[in-house]
Amino acid sequence: MNSFILPLIGGLLIGVSSSLMLWGLGKISGISGIYSSLLSPNNESYWKYSFMLGLIAGGIILNSLYSDVLFDYQITGSAPRVIVAGLLVGFGTRLGNGCTSGHGVCGIPRLAKRSVFATLTFIAFGIGIVAIEGAVK
Amino acid sequence: MKSIMISFLSGLIFAAGLSISGMTNPEKVIGFLDLFGNWDASLAFVMIGAISLNFFTFKKITQKKPLYSDSHSLPTKSNIDLKLFLGAALFGMGWGILGICPGPAIVNLVTLDSNAILFVISMTAGMSLFKILDKLKVV
Repeated sequence: MNSFILPLIGGLLIGVSSSLMLWGLGKISGISGIYSSLLSPNNESYWKYSFMLGLIAGGIILNSLYSDVLFDYQITGSAPRVIVAGLLVGFGTRLGNGCTSGHGVCGIPRLAKRSVFATLTFIAFGIGIVAIEGAVK
Repeated sequence: MKSIMISFLSGLIFAAGLSISGMTNPEKVIGFLDLFGNWDASLAFVMIGAISLNFFTFKKITQKKPLYSDSHSLPTKSNIDLKLFLGAALFGMGWGILGICPGPAIVNLVTLDSNAILFVISMTAGMSLFKILDKLKVV
């Protein structure tokens, strides 16, 4: 039961968050786009900083209250593995204009062709990598 | 000021959604992507929850002007090209290697875990590399 109730509640919260952003500011909550544009900020970046601050503040609050339940996991991997994964995620999300939040959470509900295509593609390649690693092990 | 409060609140709720749902947990994400192995379907419900809610709310919301802005800033591109495919493919590979996408990467920073920090540094480097190649018109 818990195995799908918590993901569903979390997913609804993500929906509420991105709806709030679109309703209030008319912006798409694409985290890779928001984060990367802060690498070259301009004077319209204020809402991006406050969104990122909210993301961090939310993490800090939950980590201090429920770290044993919500953060009870390890990010396992050698340094080279972590670096390769990070580079691919960073480069790929810019080349493809979005990640799970922008294309998946915000693009699919708008039935944006590019987002549906991108989401299916990154999930397929994610499944492919995990399958290859499973076969090699 | 109000728009800053709204985007802060939106970030706060987004972080809660990511950690409550399990999206921040790389073991869960790898389990979801392990379709041909020991598949854990639970994270499919994150997408189902977020997308089905937004499907209704986005339609309503975009019929009127935003509260604190003159118009909605929505992506205008509509063509599927090689860049989109390659970008999504590379992102998917990185996601499958470690089980972390950009939102969870930022939230996981609060644990001060060394791999979480190394991942965000590398992700930032990947984004910067794209910016440089984009400026040079290589990509």
